[in-house]
Amino acid sequence: MNTYEPVIGLEIHVELKTEQKLFCSCSTKFGAVSNTQVCPVCLGLPGVLPVLNPKAVELAVKAGLALNCEISRYSAFDRKNYLYPDLPKGYQISQFYLPLCQNGYLDIEIEGTTKRIGITRIHMEEDAGKLLHDPELGTLVDCNRCGVPLIEIVTEPDFRSAAEASAFLEKLRTLLVHTDVSDCRMNEGSLRCDVNLSVRKIGDSNFGTRTETKNLNSFHSVRRTIEYETSRQIAVLESGGTVYQETLRLDQTRWQTQVMRRKENADDYRYFPDPDLSPLLLDDESIHTIAASMPLLPEQRRAVYMDRYALSEYDANLLTERPDVADFFEKAAALTSYPKAAANLLITEGFRLLNAYTQIPISPEQLAETAEIYGNGSINSTSAKRLFHELWENGGNPKELVDQLGLSLIGDEEALRKQIVDILSGCQSAVEDYKNGKTRAFGAIMGEAMRVTAGRAEPKLLKKLITEALEEL
Amino acid sequence: MSSHAALTHLTLTETAALLQQKVISAAELTSAYLLQIEKKEPVIGAYLSVFAEKALSQANTIDSARLHGDAVSPLSGIPYAAKDNICTAFGTTTCASNMLAAYHSPYSAKVIESLEKQGCILLGKTNLDEFAMGSTTQNSAFQITRNPRNPSCVPGGSSGGSAAAVAADEAVFSLGSDTGGSVRQPAAFCGVVGMKPTYGRVSRYGLVAFASSFDQIGPITKNVSDCALVMDTICGTAAPTNFSRSISHSESLHGLRIGIPTQLMDNRIAPDVRAAVYTAASSLEKLGAVVSEFSLPSLSQSLSSYYIISSAEASSNLSRFDGIRFGSRTNHTRTISELYERSRSEGFGSEVKRRIMLGTFVLSAGFGDDYYKKALTLREKLKNDFANQFNQYDLLLSPTAPTSAYRLDQKWNDPLEMYLGDICTVPMSLAGLPALSLPCGENVNGLPLAIQLTGNHFCETELLRCAAVLESELGCYHTGKEKLYEYI
Repeated sequence: MNTYEPVIGLEIHVELKTEQKLFCSCSTKFGAVSNTQVCPVCLGLPGVLPVLNPKAVELAVKAGLALNCEISRYSAFDRKNYLYPDLPKGYQISQFYLPLCQNGYLDIEIEGTTKRIGITRIHMEEDAGKLLHDPELGTLVDCNRCGVPLIEIVTEPDFRSAAEASAFLEKLRTLLVHTDVSDCRMNEGSLRCDVNLSVRKIGDSNFGTRTETKNLNSFHSVRRTIEYETSRQIAVLESGGTVYQETLRLDQTRWQTQVMRRKENADDYRYFPDPDLSPLLLDDESIHTIAASMPLLPEQRRAVYMDRYALSEYDANLLTERPDVADFFEKAAALTSYPKAAANLLITEGFRLLNAYTQIPISPEQLAETAEIYGNGSINSTSAKRLFHELWENGGNPKELVDQLGLSLIGDEEALRKQIVDILSGCQSAVEDYKNGKTRAFGAIMGEAMRVTAGRAEPKLLKKLITEALEEL
Repeated sequence: MSSHAALTHLTLTETAALLQQKVISAAELTSAYLLQIEKKEPVIGAYLSVFAEKALSQANTIDSARLHGDAVSPLSGIPYAAKDNICTAFGTTTCASNMLAAYHSPYSAKVIESLEKQGCILLGKTNLDEFAMGSTTQNSAFQITRNPRNPSCVPGGSSGGSAAAVAADEAVFSLGSDTGGSVRQPAAFCGVVGMKPTYGRVSRYGLVAFASSFDQIGPITKNVSDCALVMDTICGTAAPTNFSRSISHSESLHGLRIGIPTQLMDNRIAPDVRAAVYTAASSLEKLGAVVSEFSLPSLSQSLSSYYIISSAEASSNLSRFDGIRFGSRTNHTRTISELYERSRSEGFGSEVKRRIMLGTFVLSAGFGDDYYKKALTLREKLKNDFANQFNQYDLLLSPTAPTSAYRLDQKWNDPLEMYLGDICTVPMSLAGLPALSLPCGENVNGLPLAIQLTGNHFCETELLRCAAVLESELGCYHTGKEKLYEYI
């Protein structure tokens, strides 16, 4: 078995984050009542003509730039002809002959090494509608999604494992979300993936016959497909059988692939240039404008965090996963002399309170101020966490809260000295041990001291006073 | 002649003047046209639907506005007809196909909106060859249309209903659509003026697509001035135009360079048609133009190139008629492919099926390079060749069709023979050039003869100017003046 390797390429459909559809002004909002976001154009009624949405072009160019592609100055739309009830015009407007982006790549980290995955092309196209099956009414068509702008990203067959494909998809999603190209919400179908896979003996330079598993709607199902198809194809070859060029679908109850159609029954899409749309011309200036409008990519942000704020790679990764979080952190970091403290609070406390669909309820200013108070030693870490929670739950002014909650450190030597007697009498056995030379017992004494002072004592001062008191005993 | 007939015989220019001077009301005018329709339709069959009630109520609204002194545009109250492949938000838009026999468009085409805004009154929708595919209007699923100049002859096609409606005084003007000659050829057959504007000049939003890279809506009128007036309105506001003001009938054509392509004057062209072209040529020379012949070899391949590209586009454009969302659907089916197959088999007529099959074939894997791509190459070559000719010539002169109108029972051995009737119009469609068919006398059988003038891209003004002068010189200028006196 180990003598085989899978050769995998991905085709990823990503819904672009535009307000309006690709060729008409209908809304693209997800979840509306069926057939309420439609017009004569996206319904393909007789006589209509498409008008290209420039925002979609801008986002597709952004995706191309983020994936290091060459952006075509001259691309064009073609018709992909096939009949299906969810396709109102009987053809899909796509880019076949002259795609918008070509020859890109994305580097992924896999087991500590960097691997470059080639991007063959990225082209624009319109989405189809959805079929709904009703037990009484039969099959119905919802055209809300008809004409929603998509890009299709086609990779080179560069993956050799499910782990590589996963790493790529994770990174791709982060990139596209960061650049505001797409929401990449797989549960809403805004990112869908086809897996092209063949196996071959390791060392072979030729590819085996590949299968294409269509329309996978989660990273998990991509992994399961790769694992299943790899072992299935190896088993077929080992038993002397033949792998056929087939289009497959994944059965998500048994996690097995099923044949949809064989190559000899493949559709002939009769691609030809869409005579309703003139070629898409982009000049250098407009591409530069789009490039200039792009936010820093997560990789670039990470480098900045590690370099400027001395964050660990791990922390930098965590902070750059979500663009809104990274934006938030950067704003806060710019407002405090203790950016690392801000990062720690956000990661240790904030990430526990934040979930995928909520937004950060505090302002960068609030975090910055908290970091400042904590960083300059006005409060200790326990208090900083408490303050952060308080701000998150109820809001408020950090400085005022420090006073209201009594979080400021007790830095008054006289006041502390008065409490030392109580502290030492509260842990007499530890004091005995210490006096008998067990210096480790000092930790227990400090613990008692923190308990008594409710964690508010300035630790250095406290330590000094306790040491002095013990010596006097 | 009864008074209504006198009124409907007037040109657009004359009618508009009477309306503006309040000599007649829009309601009177509309009633006269409805009466004329009632009288003529049993023989001619130009209309597929007539909106009598709506037209009259619109006319009354316009009349009361005029009475109140509200600003009314010059074309306000003019009744017209539109080919039934141009979408209207009222009535049906059938494309003369069983597929769309009961289809109601939820919106109106841009041209219909423009004309409505100007106060033009849509009398009804006119007959055509199904989905505009044909040259006789006999491919209509519903009825044939007869040539008003000789009811035993075809009116031409595919805008046969629109041309017949104007020739039979059943509309002041009409709109047709021209893909490979569908405005110009029926205009020639019926003895009226028909123009295909430059590709892209007139919005085709709302024109049911046949071949998207050719389709263009064009006016059919009684004379060239009328044509210019309609063009002023349908070109829309995107590119303000004033063709009507820039033409004059008494202008000299001194120095105008006119070329006749010899490929369109060979023995495939009937002698009487060739004679008409030479008559026009000598009139043009008399007016000061310089006329010479030239050879354009790429013209000889234009017919095959046209039929390949237009059928390819049609096969895709007509995919949406699948019985799912609109149009006719077959009754008894079990599977989705059966639904498609039967709905389309039942809904489309044989000429439409032939083009879909041809178009599907030329786009199929393995054949696209041999047919479709080659045809595109030829088209590019033809465009370039035309562009070169326009360095030497201002306008081109040719026949509109190889023959005058033929009989309804004319038998064709095969479709190709009939496609040959498009040889004179198709080259201009391939190149997207503006072209106009102008009546040029009649032949021994009393049937109209016509010539075609072609201009360079977006040179409609020059084209209309020359056509207007030539029209006067040829004595073919249609006017209802004599009838006008009778009416008043």
